[in-house]
Amino acid sequence: MSTTALEPIAHHGSVVEHEEHHGGLIPIAPERQLQFNRLGMWLFIISETFLFAGILIMRIVLGRDTEGFVRPELSQGLGLLITSILLASSFFVNRGEVAIKHNDRFNFNLSIFLALVLGLVFVVGVAYEWNEVHKDFGPATGPVINGMFYFMTGIHALHVITGIIFLLVVFLNGIRGKYSAKSHWGVESAALYWHFVDVVWVFFYVALYLIGTVAEPMK
Amino acid sequence: MLIRFLRILYHIGLVRGLVVGFIASIVGAILTNITRAAFGMDTMDLLIPLKALFGSTIWEARTLKDQATEIVTGMGAIFFTFGFLAGVGSLTDWFAWSIGRKGGDGHYHPKEGIPTWTRYLSFDTNHKVVGIQYGITSISVLLIGGLFALIFRTELAQPGLQFLNNQQYNNYIGIHGLLMIVGVLLGVGALSNYLVPVMIGAQDMAFPRLNGFSYWIGVPAAIILLLSLPMGGFDTGWTAYPPLSVRAPLGMQFVLLSIFILGFQSIVGSINLLVTIFMMRAPGMSWFRMPIFVWGVLAASLLQFTATQFFGLAFISVLVERWTNIPFYDPARGGNVTLYQHIFWFYSHPTVYIWVLPGLGVISEILPVFSRKPLFGYKAIALSSMAIAFMGYLVWAHHMFTSAMDPFLRLPFMLTTLTIAVPTGVKFFNWIGTLWGGKIHISTPMLFSLGAFILFLLGGLTGPPSGLLVTGIHLHDTHWVVAHFHITVFGGFFFSYLAAIYYWFPKITGRMFNEFLGRVHFWLMFGGFATFALSLFRIGILGMPRRYADYQSAWGFGSLNMLATIAAFVAGSSMLVFVFNMAFSARYGVKAATNPWRSRGLEWQIASPIPEFNFSAIPEIIGHPYDYGLPGAVYAVLSPDDQASPLEDAYTPLDQPESISSGVVPIHVAGD
Repeated sequence: MSTTALEPIAHHGSVVEHEEHHGGLIPIAPERQLQFNRLGMWLFIISETFLFAGILIMRIVLGRDTEGFVRPELSQGLGLLITSILLASSFFVNRGEVAIKHNDRFNFNLSIFLALVLGLVFVVGVAYEWNEVHKDFGPATGPVINGMFYFMTGIHALHVITGIIFLLVVFLNGIRGKYSAKSHWGVESAALYWHFVDVVWVFFYVALYLIGTVAEPMK
Repeated sequence: MLIRFLRILYHIGLVRGLVVGFIASIVGAILTNITRAAFGMDTMDLLIPLKALFGSTIWEARTLKDQATEIVTGMGAIFFTFGFLAGVGSLTDWFAWSIGRKGGDGHYHPKEGIPTWTRYLSFDTNHKVVGIQYGITSISVLLIGGLFALIFRTELAQPGLQFLNNQQYNNYIGIHGLLMIVGVLLGVGALSNYLVPVMIGAQDMAFPRLNGFSYWIGVPAAIILLLSLPMGGFDTGWTAYPPLSVRAPLGMQFVLLSIFILGFQSIVGSINLLVTIFMMRAPGMSWFRMPIFVWGVLAASLLQFTATQFFGLAFISVLVERWTNIPFYDPARGGNVTLYQHIFWFYSHPTVYIWVLPGLGVISEILPVFSRKPLFGYKAIALSSMAIAFMGYLVWAHHMFTSAMDPFLRLPFMLTTLTIAVPTGVKFFNWIGTLWGGKIHISTPMLFSLGAFILFLLGGLTGPPSGLLVTGIHLHDTHWVVAHFHITVFGGFFFSYLAAIYYWFPKITGRMFNEFLGRVHFWLMFGGFATFALSLFRIGILGMPRRYADYQSAWGFGSLNMLATIAAFVAGSSMLVFVFNMAFSARYGVKAATNPWRSRGLEWQIASPIPEFNFSAIPEIIGHPYDYGLPGAVYAVLSPDDQASPLEDAYTPLDQPESISSGVVPIHVAGD
């Protein structure tokens, strides 16, 4: 919800003069609306946590092979690199949010832009890795754990792309000066979402790259 | 004339959505085809959907061409959904905000010369409009789903295959199950969206635009679901177990997509309700002054916004396996079929509580009004809803007693299953306590509540035999389970839903329904359904498996099946009485009193139909909502503008002896 949609008027819950608002909608105070938005966003994140927890459970159950607990064969260097890039982008998003809280427009725009670019680099990195991995095995061949790599990174990348669109909207509104220290719910929600997607990746990175032994390719 | 007609059509959101959605689906399919061709992949074969339309498409071995066709049509369906939502106008404000413009106020403003009924077919954010949209859609979907049930029930009336083949039978049981689930979920949406804001003294939901959006995303989902039948159907039943669902015909993917899209409705709808209940209660409405129905919605929403993700995950993983051959559920390549069942039932068991908790809330709401007594054990009922919601997470594997799950796990799940009967029993004893010694008025809503009480009790009592391992394994996958499930949902949700519609009908429309027709509906429905369910229990104990299109006459349940079919037709035909009663009374019914049932609920104190924004000033809650018959008990203080004056000549269905009306102290008018 962007800042422009809100108009400051009477406090919710107080009995407003009914001559003024007879039969009309009593407007909700911005700070009250902000509380609604925050609660809604956190509930959404809890809901999404269940999705990603379900995917992690799938990965762990399907990781049981005849030889034990396995993981797909992936490039460790690239994995570490894109993980670092995504975490760095989270840092810049946070820096941007702090900047707009201090009405520091320049650093806000710069940080969001950097986060956006780093997010894009992450997606390109994942796409590159898909291409590399595809030379060895596609989703249609090989054991299920290899397919799990496509599924997990795919679902996560969809969320990253959503986050990038979200950050792009924030950036474009930011350079037009739509946000201020008092009113920047758009920035806050985008940042919250972006951090969430990053935290999910931390778990996915561990699940895909670090735990288990490398699966023997079937057939 | 034609110009005017077209102009009206243009201003109906549904029509715009369908047109834009149709165009978007074509564009999406073409774009996907072009992209696939550019990457050197197979493209769509137009003949495959056409063949599906005119014949069977059992895919023994799915070719790459089949898969390509499926992906292209699937992308078409996804684009259809986006196009539909954009065409309806549910995304307009969000889009405006995202490009930094000020959006509209979200309210429906009819243009000059456009009839006002178009409001109900267009995007609107008013929670009452959204509630009515949900309600009418839910009844329509339930009727269509019921029709499919009657079709295959007729087939089962006699041994031997009369007019359906096996494939059609499988299609119809699957689509019946899914349509009923969708219809019931929409019904939950109808009740909670219409009632929760006005019951807690708010003017609208916390996120009105999200509310409109969550209704409208259900419409393309329902359309895509119905599309599955002409596109070859699906032979898995509603559970879509792999590996069968991985190689089912083209129709399967529309089922998977449709339910996945419907998940958005469940999730954003329940988040919206949670924020509304948490944040927008009127001043003075503490947790234990909330109407009991709101407690039911709260518990159901807590389940819904988390567990639904697992349903989406189950269905999307099957869809991904169909589209990309990732072998999640192919044991030959390390897949695990039991995993699907776990993920699936982790949602699909709690979903039963998502339906029944608001339904039981309705019963708890209606019983005190018609017994003229305080609700017995308010806190116990409220907290038992939360207990059921929590326990609901822990019982899913009792659907899998005969699956490949580790047999050891059956014991803990049996124990949790039996434990969940405790909070449910709490409700029953409190309802009996409410009725005990009350002055009971039998009217249609009360009849349906008592019917729900009896049916849900029967459903509850047949639960332990299904949950206990010793009997459960014998009864597994028989008609006993079908009967248990149907009687539970009929008692827990469907009868309560009908009770709620009758009960709040005068508030919604400002007119009274026909009491005689209401009673006819009840007795036909109750008698028909009870006979149906009891025959099915017997058939199940005798050992007839569910999902079988045929049986041998030597097995001796032919006559019971005939009886069940006749009873099903009686129950089904009673819905015609209902639809006629509702449609006729909404227009020509007697004008109803503002508070015909003499309820203490906030919604009954304001005018009927409820004004656009419910209250002109937020009411203040100073007492308990269910103090019926307690002298001097006051629930809330309303602004004098909102307190509707009773209509003198209005029809009041209840007799009003002095002793009772003086015992009920109406809500105080501010300044009294």
